[in-house]
Amino acid sequence: MATLKDSTAIAGIGQTAFAKHLPGSEKTLACRAILAALDDAGVSPAEVDAFASYTMEETDEVEIAKAIGAGDVTFFSKAGYGGGGSCATVAHLAAAIATGQAGVGVAWRSRKRGSGPRPWKNTSVQLPTPGQWTRPFGLLRPADEIGMLTRRYMHEYGATRDHLFNVALACRNRANQNPAAIMYERPLTREMYMTARWISEPLCLFDNCLETDGALACVVVSAERARDCRHRPVYIHSVAQGLPAQHHGMVNYWNDDPLTGPAWTAARQLWKTADLAPQDVDVAQIYDAFTPLIPLSLEGYGFCGRGEGGPFTEGGALEIGGRLPLNTGGGGLSEAYVHGFNLINEGVKQLRGVSTAQVPDASTCLVTAGEGVPTSALLLRG
Amino acid sequence: MTDSDTGYLTPVIDEDGAPFWEYAARGQLRVQACASCDELRFPPRPCCPRCQSFDSTWRRMSGRGRIWSYVLPHPPLLPGYAEQAPYNAVVVELADAPHIRLVGNVVASADAPLNSVDPERLRVGAPVRVAFTVAGGGVTVPRWLLER
Repeated sequence: MATLKDSTAIAGIGQTAFAKHLPGSEKTLACRAILAALDDAGVSPAEVDAFASYTMEETDEVEIAKAIGAGDVTFFSKAGYGGGGSCATVAHLAAAIATGQAGVGVAWRSRKRGSGPRPWKNTSVQLPTPGQWTRPFGLLRPADEIGMLTRRYMHEYGATRDHLFNVALACRNRANQNPAAIMYERPLTREMYMTARWISEPLCLFDNCLETDGALACVVVSAERARDCRHRPVYIHSVAQGLPAQHHGMVNYWNDDPLTGPAWTAARQLWKTADLAPQDVDVAQIYDAFTPLIPLSLEGYGFCGRGEGGPFTEGGALEIGGRLPLNTGGGGLSEAYVHGFNLINEGVKQLRGVSTAQVPDASTCLVTAGEGVPTSALLLRG
Repeated sequence: MTDSDTGYLTPVIDEDGAPFWEYAARGQLRVQACASCDELRFPPRPCCPRCQSFDSTWRRMSGRGRIWSYVLPHPPLLPGYAEQAPYNAVVVELADAPHIRLVGNVVASADAPLNSVDPERLRVGAPVRVAFTVAGGGVTVPRWLLER
C-alpha cells in the first residue's frame, strides 16, 4: 500500500497577531498569514497551486488566490465540521502533492470571532436535524453540548474538576511563556479556577477557549522540495480523519458508546499508517476548545487506557518536563482560539526547535483537530 | 427560530421526524422502529442502519427513563432561556431501550419553567417519566418529571 509517510512536509508557517479586536477583514488577515507563511518557506505566491480550508471559513480560495497572486490552481478542498477539519487541510494537501495533483499547497484559517457573532446565535440555520432534537430544550451552545458529555464522563470514571483544572493550567502556563498568546503574563491559580463563574455546569469560564480575532497559515510541499526551503522540513508522517459509526456531531449521545468519540476512529487510522506509537510522541497539540476534550483525546489517541484520561493529567504530566507536554503555545484555551490552526503551527515550531516553551530535542508531535465532531489528526516529525 | 410568545426555540420539523412530534401532540412518546428487523433508531432517519430497510413504524414507549447526564447552562444565552437560567438540560435514556436517549428538561410539572426543579435534586441515574407541554410555536414537546 502506498502511504503518505514523510513524502511531504510543512515548509512554512505564518500568523497574524491574536486579539479580541483586530483591524482588517477576515480576508485581509488570511492574506497576511498566507503571505507570511510563503515568505517563511521562501516560496513565491505565484507557485501556489493548491488550497485547503475547512468549513466555517468565510474567505474562499478564489478570493485568496486572486489577492495573493497565485498561479493556476489545480487542487482545492474544504474539510467539514468546523474545528474538526483543521488537520484535514494539511492531510488533503499532502495527499494532493504526494499524488502529483499539485506542487505547493496552502492551508489557512482566518477568524474574527473575538469581535464577531457567535454561530450558535444563528438559530434559524441550526434547528433542522440535529438541532430540533436538542436546541428547543435549551442545549444551545457547544459548551452545553460538551458539558453534557463531561458530566457523564465524570460520573462514569470519577474524573474531577481538578483534572480539568490541570488541563487549563498547563495551557495557561505555556501561554505565560508565549508573548503572542492572549493570556501572556496572565497566570491562572487553582482558586481562580474553582471560584470562576459557570458557563454550563460542570464547565466554568476557564474550561472554555478564547474567542479570538486572528489568522494562521502553513505551506505544504514535497519532502524533496522542502529540503531546499529556508527552514528544517517538518515531515507529515501520518494523517487521519475520523467519523465514527453512528456518530452525531457535537451531541454524540446516540451511538452505543458516546464517550468514545471521533478521536478513537482517527487514532486507529493514524497509528496504522505510522512507524510510531503513542509512547514515541515527544509533544502533543491536542484540540482544546474545552478542557474535557483533553482527557477524552488522551484516551482516544492511546496515551492511556479507557477512563484514565483524568488521572493522566496529575503530577504535572502535561507540563514541560512531564509525560506528555501539551499545547505548548497555550492552545485554544490560552494562546488563541483560531479553530485549532494555531496547534498546527505550534507543532511545526516545536519540531524546528523554536517554540517559546521548547521541549528539548522534540522530534515527534501529534496535532489533533476538534474532538466531539468528525475530526482529523496529524503526526509530524522533524 | 424563537417563538415570540414563549421565547423557546421551535423545532423545525422535517419529514423524518414529523411523526415524533405528531405523536407528542397526542401525549404519546414514540420512537421510530424498523418495520423489517425491529431495530429502534433515534434521531429518526430514512432507513434502518442495521438492515437498510426503508419501512418503519413508530413504537410506543412506556415513558419511563433515567437521567443519563445533565448540564446547568448559565448566561450568555438566547433571551428566552437566559430569563430562566440557570436551568437544567438533560439526556434521558429510556427504560425500555437504554440506547435511545432524548435531550429534554426535568421540570416540576409539565407546564412549569425549565428552572422549576432544584438542581440539587438532579443526579445521573435518577428515574424520570415523561409529560408533554406545548412549547414554542405550538409544538408539543416532552418534558421529564422526577419519579418519587
